[in-house]
Amino acid sequence: MTSRMLKSWLSPLIAFVGMLVIGVVLDQFFNQYVQLIILFACTNIILALSLNLVNGFTGQFSIGHAVFMAIGAYVSAYLSLRPEIFGVKFTMFPEAIDYLNYLVYAVCGGLVAAAAGWVVGLPSLRLRGDYLAIVTLGFSEIIRVILLNTQAVGGARGLFGIPRPDALALGPLTLSPFLVMYVLASFWVVLTFLVLWRLIHSVHGRAFLSVREDEIAAQAMGINTTQVKVRAFVISSFFAGVAGSIFAHSANYLNPSTFGFTKSVDVIIMIVLGGMGSLSGSVVAALFITFLPEFVLRPLQEYTHIDFRMVIYSITLVLFMVLRPKGLFGSREISDIARSLRGERSADERAS
Amino acid sequence: MSEEILEFTQHLINGIALGSIYALIALGYTMVYGILQLINFAHSEVYMIGAFATYYGARWFGLLDRPGISTFVLLLVFAMICCAALGVLIERLAYRPLRNAPRLNALITAIGVSLFLQYTGQIVFGADPKVFPTLIEDAALASFHGVSIRSFDVAIFGVTLFFMIALSYLIQGTKIGKAMRAVSANRTVASLMGIDANRVITFTFVVGSALAAVGAVLVGMKYPKIDPLMGTLFGLKAFVAAVLGGIGNLPGAVVGGLIMGLCEEMVVGYISSTYRDAFAFSILILILFFRPAGLLGKATQEKV
Repeated sequence: MTSRMLKSWLSPLIAFVGMLVIGVVLDQFFNQYVQLIILFACTNIILALSLNLVNGFTGQFSIGHAVFMAIGAYVSAYLSLRPEIFGVKFTMFPEAIDYLNYLVYAVCGGLVAAAAGWVVGLPSLRLRGDYLAIVTLGFSEIIRVILLNTQAVGGARGLFGIPRPDALALGPLTLSPFLVMYVLASFWVVLTFLVLWRLIHSVHGRAFLSVREDEIAAQAMGINTTQVKVRAFVISSFFAGVAGSIFAHSANYLNPSTFGFTKSVDVIIMIVLGGMGSLSGSVVAALFITFLPEFVLRPLQEYTHIDFRMVIYSITLVLFMVLRPKGLFGSREISDIARSLRGERSADERAS
Repeated sequence: MSEEILEFTQHLINGIALGSIYALIALGYTMVYGILQLINFAHSEVYMIGAFATYYGARWFGLLDRPGISTFVLLLVFAMICCAALGVLIERLAYRPLRNAPRLNALITAIGVSLFLQYTGQIVFGADPKVFPTLIEDAALASFHGVSIRSFDVAIFGVTLFFMIALSYLIQGTKIGKAMRAVSANRTVASLMGIDANRVITFTFVVGSALAAVGAVLVGMKYPKIDPLMGTLFGLKAFVAAVLGGIGNLPGAVVGGLIMGLCEEMVVGYISSTYRDAFAFSILILILFFRPAGLLGKATQEKV
């Protein structure tokens, strides 16, 4: 028992430690611009992973993932800026353990986003077909208009001065604000991956997959398909909200236009590229899509003075769908590919 | 007549004009959905291209400041031909290879095509808005107690009515229309009856895209500022109108479009113009909650 438990916690632990090592390197040798991009990469990984649960594993189609990120971001930022709301202090930990506050903000942002996901998902997921796509699209428009017109969160000017975690003294070591934020972000990345991975390989996860494969058959097997779809959507929204919280406290500035349709499309490109139904594929594609515009397309744009980013994205999207609809990894994980390279048969092949 | 009634009548006229344009675009969405079960996101960009085709057409033909009926008809036909060609191209290159793929893939492709046209449009046409050429003079044709009936509104209403009647004749009274209905009901069986489904689908795109061009010309006339992103929101609202009336249902699209136009005009007139777009989508969510198949749509049970 203990050895099995140890085994299941070992990989995430290794991943977390690995990310910390990368973080220390980034902290020491790279400038603030690169550091910020890395934090955005963490946000995008969480977004892609969580959207993959809905679009890849449950077979629904949401094209408004950015709106849940927006909700998480604004809630989290608002909580961090106000000393107390409705008599509740959300900044509950003293300054010495300031970083715990950011966990509270992220969880609150995630919960509000999850609630919004429930409200949106319940009417649209009862129906079969593409209604979720339409409703999420419409919902993002509604939220965008509301955010633009709410002066309490800055309206069209945006929300300024969102705090970042303070530097943290751990005995002789002092962690820079970036490193603290990065540790928090890595924590959420690993947690998201772990939760989704274990969820998909559980009984509930099998229900998600069965809805994707054949909704009628799933219903015949006694699965409440609406409930399963809503559950996947709510979980996905929660993590999108968490990603928004990380984004808010990394960027220190929020504007409603950040969370437009383009952002949702970015996330969709990530999961299509990585393969719908492949968690590690999402991570790889999220990294790729974050770095590509910053380190390749931006120099190209400075050279040609034309913004090719979305043109390239859209062509990629169409070409992938026509030529390689399963994405880079399909529904396989990196571990499966490594195994097949070594000549072993993957779990899927053994099963079939 | 009192002030309030005057104002209300004016809003009513504007609403019907806007609504009939929505209806034209919604027809394109609903026709493609009826036949392919695909939300053709690229439709809103076809509409955008229609506006730009008119803009450039007016320059090439030297019709920039010669407003009149013949200019209007010539440019309308030109825009319709351009859009129909674009529609066929999109169908051939992007949708046909995915005919037997899962529907999700087709949907993602549609979004990809839409984005591609939007951003290529920004590079080719430039992102700054352009002024749409004057096609006919805007004049008050008649005035009843202070409510003026303008030539734009009459043109919009007349043209949409003409095309709607033509479309319903096409669908109900011609052989190709019958084939369209057959393919929409069941593609496999229609093919077994000797109908070339691919040809019918191409034809559907031709008709839908041509209607989008008509909508674009009419919108350009009434709101003469066009830019490459003009289609996004307008197309989305037209699509909401199609869902409102019952997607796949042609009269539903017209009814949905009119309701949409009237509601929007009333919200702008009496509540607040900032919330007009949010309002459109709130209607959608409410409709899905209470009548998921739309106002005129029939709820169908999927058979195994």
